[in-house]
Amino acid sequence: MIGLQHYMVVSAILFVMGVLGIFINRKNVIIILMAIELILLSVNINLVAFSAFLGDLVGQVFSMFVLTVAAGEAAIGLAILVIYFRGRGTIAVDDVNRMKG
Amino acid sequence: MIHVFAFYLFAAIVVCSGALTILSRNPVHSVLWLILAFFNAAGLMVLLGAEFIAMLLVIVYVGAVAVLFLFVVMMLDIDFAELRAGFVDYLPFGLLIALVLLAEIVLGIGLWSAGPIELAQRAAPVNPELSNIQAIGGLLYTRYIFLFEAAGIVLLVAMIGAIVLTHRARGGVRGQNVARQNRRRPEDAVRNVNQPVGQGVEL
Repeated sequence: MIGLQHYMVVSAILFVMGVLGIFINRKNVIIILMAIELILLSVNINLVAFSAFLGDLVGQVFSMFVLTVAAGEAAIGLAILVIYFRGRGTIAVDDVNRMKG
Repeated sequence: MIHVFAFYLFAAIVVCSGALTILSRNPVHSVLWLILAFFNAAGLMVLLGAEFIAMLLVIVYVGAVAVLFLFVVMMLDIDFAELRAGFVDYLPFGLLIALVLLAEIVLGIGLWSAGPIELAQRAAPVNPELSNIQAIGGLLYTRYIFLFEAAGIVLLVAMIGAIVLTHRARGGVRGQNVARQNRRRPEDAVRNVNQPVGQGVEL
């Protein structure tokens, strides 16, 4: 029978894959953004699984807010990416030091 | 039985397409694998009985976010081969971090298996008479209405921010000025001249 642990394992693998994606695609910010989406997706799977197995709906409500923030983050991230590309002509982000921060 | 089969099918496809998202050479392929991962995650959520979140995932992620990614990937003229340089250099370190994280999470899951946390009380217990969408709607529009509005504000700020960031006023473009057109009278624009024969017109 499929229990909560199975869903937690899937979500853990997906989360780790997102972190790995951030590390191995250090230059390509598009893939980094996609890896962040993967991480948020795994968090959503975890929230919904706990919500379903513990019989508490708040997990699903919270998962909806995670989804909202993920959508906003993708929009802002891609907008920043577009203006960065306009200014520099490349999206290699491993040496972003324009603001000397 | 069919439930177990469906779970393993969806889980295997989610994991494989997640791996291909971060490993594929072409970012367009990455976006398409990401879409597949979202679809199968939605399948997992349907299995869990969370139909509303599953449909939201398909509509918001596949319909909006993934298409946004696809637009940006195809719009920008990027040399992706150059961006992949250093992929192999970062791989050992990334794998190390990933293994450490995975070990920690597996440890956490093992502890959960040893003895689950008993919730003293549910914040919003599932009512078996209501469907999932009805129950979430009832919760979202009553107890969590302010959080719901805050989510709306987050989306509004994200939308305005994206527009403000990417909008640029182009120079050298002559746009239509409706007010100036309407202000223009015939006496400003038209002039009668008594033109003598055999001479050029003085404008």
